Amino acid sequence: MIAIGASWGGLNAVSTLLDGLSADVDPPIVLAQHRGPGSSRGTLEALLQMHVERPVSAPDDKEPIEPRHVYVAPADYHLLVEHGHFSLSVEARVQFARPSIDVLFESVAAVYAERAIGIVLTGANADGALGLQAIKRAGGVTVVQEPGSAAQRSMPDAALAAARPDAVLPVEEISRFLNELCVGAPR
Amino acid sequence: MEGEGVETVSALQALTLHDPHVMERLLLDLSVNVTAMFRDPTFFLAFRQQVIPLLRTYPFSRIWVAGCSTGEEVYSLAIVLAEEGLSERTRIYATDVNEAVLDRARLGVFPLGKMQEYTHNYIRAGGTSAFSTYYVARYDGAQFARSLANGVVFARHNLVSDAAFNEFNVITCRNVMIYFDKPLQDRVHRLFYESLAVFGVLALGQKETIGRSPHEAAFEELAVDERLYRKIR
Repeated sequence: MIAIGASWGGLNAVSTLLDGLSADVDPPIVLAQHRGPGSSRGTLEALLQMHVERPVSAPDDKEPIEPRHVYVAPADYHLLVEHGHFSLSVEARVQFARPSIDVLFESVAAVYAERAIGIVLTGANADGALGLQAIKRAGGVTVVQEPGSAAQRSMPDAALAAARPDAVLPVEEISRFLNELCVGAPR
Repeated sequence: MEGEGVETVSALQALTLHDPHVMERLLLDLSVNVTAMFRDPTFFLAFRQQVIPLLRTYPFSRIWVAGCSTGEEVYSLAIVLAEEGLSERTRIYATDVNEAVLDRARLGVFPLGKMQEYTHNYIRAGGTSAFSTYYVARYDGAQFARSLANGVVFARHNLVSDAAFNEFNVITCRNVMIYFDKPLQDRVHRLFYESLAVFGVLALGQKETIGRSPHEAAFEELAVDERLYRKIR
């Protein structure tokens, strides 16, 4: 599973990442993008769908996890993965965020362990740092957007400090990194 | 453990088994009680536009708010019913497993700091009055009008183990079952199916679905995007 966390500036960064992704990348992709609770339903999914062939959707509670699918955490819910399916939570915001990147990543680390790939992109807070650390500890692959190339560098900086990631790359190269890592290898 | 002044988990276990008050407090800490007034305003708008007209066709109707927590949704529904002139003809049964949150729900006092958010939600939900007419500020709390709770029965009910207790025209259970695993969700869906009158309405959370439940075929979608379902058989 490829888990992506993004905040301020994330729409551009995630779009670029998806643009560069090979159609042969099999693992499911799950994204926690910070957004306001009132953000209109389906907009983020529709915008991202313009960049990939594979389906993009905000999963329902207990929806099965399918390969070659992009899942976006729904606004005002925490998204978690369990074995084979998603679950949702409306528990309190974590570091002011719901969805929280840390909450998603920690569940991904627990379920996918060494088959997890965690990616922290642009953002003006520290969400994702602890989650990426959890993925690292579980034996997964960790990637952080090169802070100088990010629209907001606080979140990549925090993730760098917390997780000592396997790769620090500009977004375009993260796509290439994933293409090499994942093609033909379902994770 | 700090709250109960004990050092070990086994000491907490002993307290929990022998003191029902400790059990209540533990349950309050462990269960999820986050809720908001008019959460998902478009849901309440759809309720007003699609469910209220159905309720008008009955001389009297019953609504079950299953897993009502501290009551934010109960008071939201009570406001909609009042504005639609249905308060006298509707009884809300608000249940939760946790007696402590029910006590809070009965009080009808919510944090004053939330009122700006709730007012915004209320307007988007199609509110026809001024939200501030429904509460008075007391210290840092907003005390909601007692009249809103007049038609409400607050009672303890455990979705995990208790049976059906009445027949309802509407059941709302939003963002409660997301904390249940699939077998338990199936059990609760059966309970709701058995508790709903034919042509009764089931309301689920924004990201919950009747699909993949054993009673999927017994329902039709009333408002696709708002997870409002109508029992048709």
